[in-house]
Amino acid sequence: MAFVAPKETYSGKVYQVNIGTGANALSFGGENVLPFNAFEGAVPNKPVIAYEVQDVPPSDWPENVQKPYSSVSGDPVTWAKFCQETLKAKAIALRLVGTHPDRENRSPEDAAKTVKDVLSAINVPLIILGSNHAEKDSPVLIAAAEASKDKNCIIGKAQEANYKTIAAAAMANNHKLIAMSELDINLSKQLNILITQMGFDKERLITDPMCSALGYGLEYTYSVMERIRLAALTQNDLTMQPPMLADVGMYVWKIKETQAPESEVPLWGNAEERGIAWEATTAASLIMAGAELLIMRHPKAVSAVEKVIEELV
Amino acid sequence: MALSGVEIFKLLPKTNCKKCGHPTCLAFAMKLAQRQATLDLCPDVSEDAKKILGEASAPPVRPITFGTGDRAVKMGEETVLFRHDKKFVNPCILAVEIKDTLSESDITKKTEEVLSSEIDRVGQKLRIDAIALTNVSGDKAKFEAAAKIISSKAPNVPVILATTDPAAAEAAAKLFAGKRPIIYGAGPVNAEAMANIAKAEKAILGVTAGGLDELSALTEKIKALGVEDMVIDSGAKKAKDIIGNNTLIRRAAVKKNFKALGYPVINFAQRDDSLHEALIAAVGIAKYASIVVLSSIEKWKNLVMFTLRQNIYTDPQVPMQVEQKIYKIGEATPDSPLTITTNFSLTYFIVSGEIENSKVPCRLAVMDCEGLSVLTAWAAGKFTASKIAAFIKESGIENEVKHRELIIPGYVAILSGSIEEKLEGWKITVGPREANGLPAFLKARTA
Ligand code: B12
Ligand code: SF4
Repeated sequence: MAFVAPKETYSGKVYQVNIGTGANALSFGGENVLPFNAFEGAVPNKPVIAYEVQDVPPSDWPENVQKPYSSVSGDPVTWAKFCQETLKAKAIALRLVGTHPDRENRSPEDAAKTVKDVLSAINVPLIILGSNHAEKDSPVLIAAAEASKDKNCIIGKAQEANYKTIAAAAMANNHKLIAMSELDINLSKQLNILITQMGFDKERLITDPMCSALGYGLEYTYSVMERIRLAALTQNDLTMQPPMLADVGMYVWKIKETQAPESEVPLWGNAEERGIAWEATTAASLIMAGAELLIMRHPKAVSAVEKVIEELV
Repeated sequence: MALSGVEIFKLLPKTNCKKCGHPTCLAFAMKLAQRQATLDLCPDVSEDAKKILGEASAPPVRPITFGTGDRAVKMGEETVLFRHDKKFVNPCILAVEIKDTLSESDITKKTEEVLSSEIDRVGQKLRIDAIALTNVSGDKAKFEAAAKIISSKAPNVPVILATTDPAAAEAAAKLFAGKRPIIYGAGPVNAEAMANIAKAEKAILGVTAGGLDELSALTEKIKALGVEDMVIDSGAKKAKDIIGNNTLIRRAAVKKNFKALGYPVINFAQRDDSLHEALIAAVGIAKYASIVVLSSIEKWKNLVMFTLRQNIYTDPQVPMQVEQKIYKIGEATPDSPLTITTNFSLTYFIVSGEIENSKVPCRLAVMDCEGLSVLTAWAAGKFTASKIAAFIKESGIENEVKHRELIIPGYVAILSGSIEEKLEGWKITVGPREANGLPAFLKARTA
């Protein structure tokens, strides 16, 4: 029997989202096939990796991922510039962890100033993230969205508990928006619906189904992403068609495997290489499940994933 | 995929004699289609029909056992494209390449790396499963000599003998007689000679061709020569082609029941840059490879690969679990604190890791909640006050510890009163919500 390639044509496609302004603006999403299945459809854009930068020094990051930034991470502006100029970051994700009530408890005004300073120092697209404190994120992200008005940033993350204020701020200031729910396709769909019912354009959304690290629930994120992508393509489900985010670095660099020194776990081998590989492998698995936007920390992990992306397209 | 009920019905005797225990042939056909009955229940089915139905009901990817003894590994048998539909069956085999151009001591060293690669993770023993000896020298004598070293140092490790030279393949295969090696190297040119050797040596045959048309023609030809067990290589080396070809092969097998590609897939991921190689291997593991060949197996890389393979191949319906028991962490004495959690492997991993970090010796009571996390188990009624009380009473812990204090996860603080009611003489203390609060919490208590 002769071989006939069993190609698929899907009824749906992923929205293409563009971020930033000017020459360094970027697009991601836009494909009408499963990840990297260019043999049967259009894959107009590659996944984008943003470097994570914090408003406060990364004292809570493990040693091995603090090191590459040790001379710049005292200040978010220097840090962001370093990512753009030295590491050639295509995008930057500024996480305002310092606003968390249990951390430095910085005010929304402080956050707005940091956003302005960082924006004036860089020309690549900016993702602005809160501290993941549902209540505090509302005022912080409103201030941040205003401070970055018309810069076409991504604001996040809107969750069930706070989406109204954050989505309104993103809309009023012409930004894109991350909608995050907890590892459940139905919750994710429901949140996207709620946000679009407010009048927010679904083509300006990014879905975050919640990341998990390799060995720590990766299979849940992987399968929720695959299911979301299949719903978008095979059922033409419009609420599942925004591109997806994998917020990799934050989840990877808190687990034991990225920290334990080789002296404690000799069978696990070199700690630095292990940590970098952990972040890169988590990211590489999730782009195969459908993530188009990633937030990562270690420069070597980022370059490894960019290299594999080059080979995948 | 397989035949529909109506298609099967057409092949049955259509007498509705009920001997199969079903009211009609059609009802029986429907059960067969759902794989809820087997054909042998019908005594009157024709030989022809048996043959057609037998072929159609075979798993779309042929099941093959590679190697023998307790290191033997299974491959194939897959039935779906996505892990959320149904568990992926046989985890991707990881093999390391040993080139026959290496010195004897380097070959020995690499072989020993394979033997010592085993790591325990969530109660599963994970390791580099196989060795792929490659005839890079092109020299038959060198290949045979290298095979000899491997067969004496690692007699039980499954091997892939990679050469396009039938004479070299034969000589090496004889060293692994009865051990079900893979002879990798049947291409369009040497197919016949290789098929004959595989048949004579009862080996699995690795078949490679440039592209899927050529590959399916070749497997059909080899099957006609009498070799049933094959692993296939589409020639894909670039990540893009690995994903593309592996996807088309799996789809052809599963959705079209296309037998010529219904074999386990082997991918070669070797790269100069070890991290890059790990990511190419990750592409193979996630996307349908049954064997991935690596060039190096550093410990850090093994842990990453093993973990990914375990994640992709876990049953989406049955979370990974650890055994219900009271675990001692550190040098726990009868006065050490007692904590409790569920038996979801992830929860256990995180909590025991944080207790270790605290350096405070502790007992961690792990309760069987069918592998659900703390909140999920609570919401599902498996981590309730009465179940916790019963577990503590039956565990025998009252003879092991002097005190009567149980530390529960912060997320189920609501249970503390009712556990105290049901567990007489015990004091319930609410711990932090997140496990990463445990080190500070435990240290503060001992201070
Ligand atoms: C994945 C998931 C599932 C998976 C199950 C995975 C599993 N093996 O448990 C599936 C899809 C099957 C599932 C099903 C359900 N789920 Co569910 N699920 C989740 C999710 C997204 C993550 C759970 C998880 O893996 N957590 C990670 C583990 C490590 O966390 P953990 O066990 O709690 O451990 C942490 C802490 O508790 C603490 N800790 C643990 N032990 C100890 C011990 C001590 C001493 C201390 C101090 C601390 C401590 O440390 C850990 C790390 O910080 C959560 C949402 C969330 N983000 O939590 C919902 C969630 C737990 N699920 C929920 C519900 C309601 C359900 C369902 C009843 C219905 C549903 N929504 O689908 C079913 C019930 C299942 C059944 N069999 O009947 C709710 C529970 C709400 C509530 N408060 O009651 C949640 C919170 C989602 C939500 N917001 O609605 N779920
Ligand atoms: S035993 Fe065979 S012939 Fe008789 S009813 Fe069943 S399927 Fe039909």
